[in-house]
Amino acid sequence: MANKVADSISREEFFYGHKACAGCGGSLAVRAALKVLGKNAVSVLPAGCMSAVGFNFPQLCFSNNSIISTFAGTASMLTGVEAGLRAKGYKDFTAVGFAGDGGTADIGIQALSGAIDRNDNIIYICYDNEAYMNTGIQKSGLTPFGAKTTTTPAGQNIHGNIRPKKNMFEIAAAHDIPYAATASVGYLPDFIEKVRKASQIQGTKYIHVIAPCPTGWGIPVDETINIAKEVVDSGLWYLAEYENGQFTLNHKPKSFTSVEDYLKKQGRFKHLTDEDIKIITDSRDKKWDHIEKNFIYR
Amino acid sequence: MSKKFLSGNEAFAEGIRLARPEVISAYPITPQTIVVERLSEMVEDGSLTAEYVHVESEHSALSCAIGASAAGARAFTATSSQGLLYMAECLYYAAGGRFPIVMMNADRSTALPWNIYGDQRDSLSQLDSGWIQAYAENAQEALDLALMSYKIAENKAVSTPYMANLDGFILTHTYETVDIPEREQADRFLPPYETDNRIDFDNPKNMAFSAGPDTNYIFKFKEHQGVLAARQVIRDTEKEFAEIFGRKYSGLIDTYLTDDADYILVTLGSIAGLCRETADKLRENGVKAGVVRIRYMRPFPNEEIAEALKNARAYGVLEKDISFGNEGAVFTNVNSALKKAGINISGYNFIGGLGGRNISAGDIQDIFSGLINGTDSVNFIGIGGVNNG
Repeated sequence: MANKVADSISREEFFYGHKACAGCGGSLAVRAALKVLGKNAVSVLPAGCMSAVGFNFPQLCFSNNSIISTFAGTASMLTGVEAGLRAKGYKDFTAVGFAGDGGTADIGIQALSGAIDRNDNIIYICYDNEAYMNTGIQKSGLTPFGAKTTTTPAGQNIHGNIRPKKNMFEIAAAHDIPYAATASVGYLPDFIEKVRKASQIQGTKYIHVIAPCPTGWGIPVDETINIAKEVVDSGLWYLAEYENGQFTLNHKPKSFTSVEDYLKKQGRFKHLTDEDIKIITDSRDKKWDHIEKNFIYR
Repeated sequence: MSKKFLSGNEAFAEGIRLARPEVISAYPITPQTIVVERLSEMVEDGSLTAEYVHVESEHSALSCAIGASAAGARAFTATSSQGLLYMAECLYYAAGGRFPIVMMNADRSTALPWNIYGDQRDSLSQLDSGWIQAYAENAQEALDLALMSYKIAENKAVSTPYMANLDGFILTHTYETVDIPEREQADRFLPPYETDNRIDFDNPKNMAFSAGPDTNYIFKFKEHQGVLAARQVIRDTEKEFAEIFGRKYSGLIDTYLTDDADYILVTLGSIAGLCRETADKLRENGVKAGVVRIRYMRPFPNEEIAEALKNARAYGVLEKDISFGNEGAVFTNVNSALKKAGINISGYNFIGGLGGRNISAGDIQDIFSGLINGTDSVNFIGIGGVNNG
């Protein structure tokens, strides 16, 4: 399976020579998605990690047409690029956005909602590393409960972030978007297939891919893929799609791996108490009750 | 050429229709709404072929226009007041990226207190954003600016976005008889937008990038040169416009009876007509009064203003703006022009029309009395002088 998927994507590199940190999950997501979409992809990236590491004149690292947007403007610039190219008579292109969790769930959510509402023919990929990593690991709306960041310190009184992640996947789906999906760079073939599927659907597509950040998560740089698998295997993340009004679960672990093991491998969760871990486990179980009731599995 | 009875907003929309924008991003705000309403009707009835995008905010309106311009399309949007401030980040972005977008701004007061009426505090707060800024006086000029704007902005030496300002309500909602140019004439005047500053599938580009301390200043210098280049391009464009359409414009400023004037009032926008009328009355009583109407705040008419004011005894600047803690922004700019030219005459600032407050003929007569007899440096019409020390 994996080899077949690997063979199906371009050998060409479209995001190359950038200065992302070793083990960067975000750059892997961008690299893989562009290998699916090919040279006629036009990438829009807001201020954030990927634009910071790839767009420093004269060191410009995208070999497809790419542009930085304002932080809040990933989706609105995608709209403009798509409308502009269509107005100029182009047909064979894909307007794709790559925004981080803060750029998507916080400052960019209004523009994203507008684009989905208009059903603009764009792919919006959120690479979720669960904090504002580019500015030095501050809490975002997608930082999970309990995570220590530089603005949610883990002390005696407060144990890191006190709020759970926003559910961007279901927020996108609530617009009745033509296609939304969750993914993880730990399950790269699944992500690649979702990008390919999105590229063949008319209208707005939203893909939310978990992309670990070794720097911000406190893991070794060669653990990105493993931890991105484990977040799915422990049930703290899930691989799913929304299409034609239906939620589908793509991958159902037979039994969940240990939540505690997943958490304790990461510096950002080291401080968590048994009670904190129980809150996280209970929240996972509640989420899976919801999935069992509302998602079909195939 | 046909004639229509149009408001300033409608006239501007007619000018934009003739300019054939390919992408229009629209978000409503009083008193701009009629522009985007008329454009939506033109797209509906087929008299304008454009992608009409219903964005969900002004920030997205300009962000979308930047994306469209980066795709090589001619882009238009319109805003006012709070909307202009909300999209402010994108103003600098569009200018730095050298995207020749045209935007109409209905000049309106900014909150707090809330107020929907016209003053110029919104656009004048954005003088440093890198946009060309024009101020129309009447509906005909509004239409003509709409048509000329793209030709100026898209000129390769300029490649700078263009903001056309219409006084809220006083100009946007006042009806006048307006000449509508023929489609053939407009097409002859304004060719399609051609640029290298765009997405190119044969030669892919990385656009809107970062530039560190080693190169950033070079991009900023070039941006400055682009706005400065508009000085000559505006003159050339108006010459060509006059040849095709028969209406003449006078570049960055419009002067009235300034050649022999002892007392000159400098202003901008729709109040200029009343200023000229007052000058006529004063001349009947032997006072040599004149008026300068600034048509472009950026590029700023330094030489033109110095030339117009050099033989005057005193000048005043009447503006619907105040830079709190100092003076009106226009006054600051005019003073700088005179200082650079070595002209040292008495100058006074008159702040009026804030939040749409009427400026009467009597107010303007009082302003001229202030120029003749001397007054405070900065004066709030209806309140009096304020110590600027």
